[in-house]
Amino acid sequence: MEETIKLIGAIMIFMGSFSLLVAAIGLLRMPDVYNRVQTGTKASTLGAIMAFIGVGLFKFESWGDGNWLGRVIILILFILLTNPVSSHVLMRAAYFMKVPLSKLTKTDKLKEDLDNNVIKEPSNE
Amino acid sequence: MINAEMIVYAAIGMFTLAMLLAMVRFVKGPSVVDRVVAFDSLTITSLILISIIAALSNRMIYLDVAIVYGLLSFIGVIVVAKYIQKGL
Repeated sequence: MEETIKLIGAIMIFMGSFSLLVAAIGLLRMPDVYNRVQTGTKASTLGAIMAFIGVGLFKFESWGDGNWLGRVIILILFILLTNPVSSHVLMRAAYFMKVPLSKLTKTDKLKEDLDNNVIKEPSNE
Repeated sequence: MINAEMIVYAAIGMFTLAMLLAMVRFVKGPSVVDRVVAFDSLTITSLILISIIAALSNRMIYLDVAIVYGLLSFIGVIVVAKYIQKGL
């Protein structure tokens, strides 16, 4: 029974490592900054959550001594809260820094909103 | 016979490969934001590696290191984004 739970935890860690490897390949191959931010944070959030659940299951026999499970849950909640926020702030900064979009881009809703004065560009001061 | 530790060691190899690929983007990225994204990816991968090392060597104190490292990396990314948007 204990061996089976350890094996499940190890397989979860392996699936998380696969997801992070795919995220790193996407970080190399995507055409512009916005796509790179997309792959680099979404896939790595999923991979990190799977790997942390795997670590929690892998240390199944020592849940009694110390607070393994609580710390792993704190790490998962932390990744889940902070990673989308930081990717959003980064993309917004990149857009207003005028990093060029890829040539394959079809729609740009933020540019339409800026042209129609729905939102204003943040000033430099 | 495959046991759980062998799968974990294979996963450590794949995490190392992912760190190398992100390092390539970190070195050659054309804009600042590319480098910050690669740095974020490197940080998350090393968080997972720290927690795996904590599990393998049976020391719970390393998980606290991982928590503080994640907090510092989040603050670093936010500060760099604010800086390149409108200056400190």
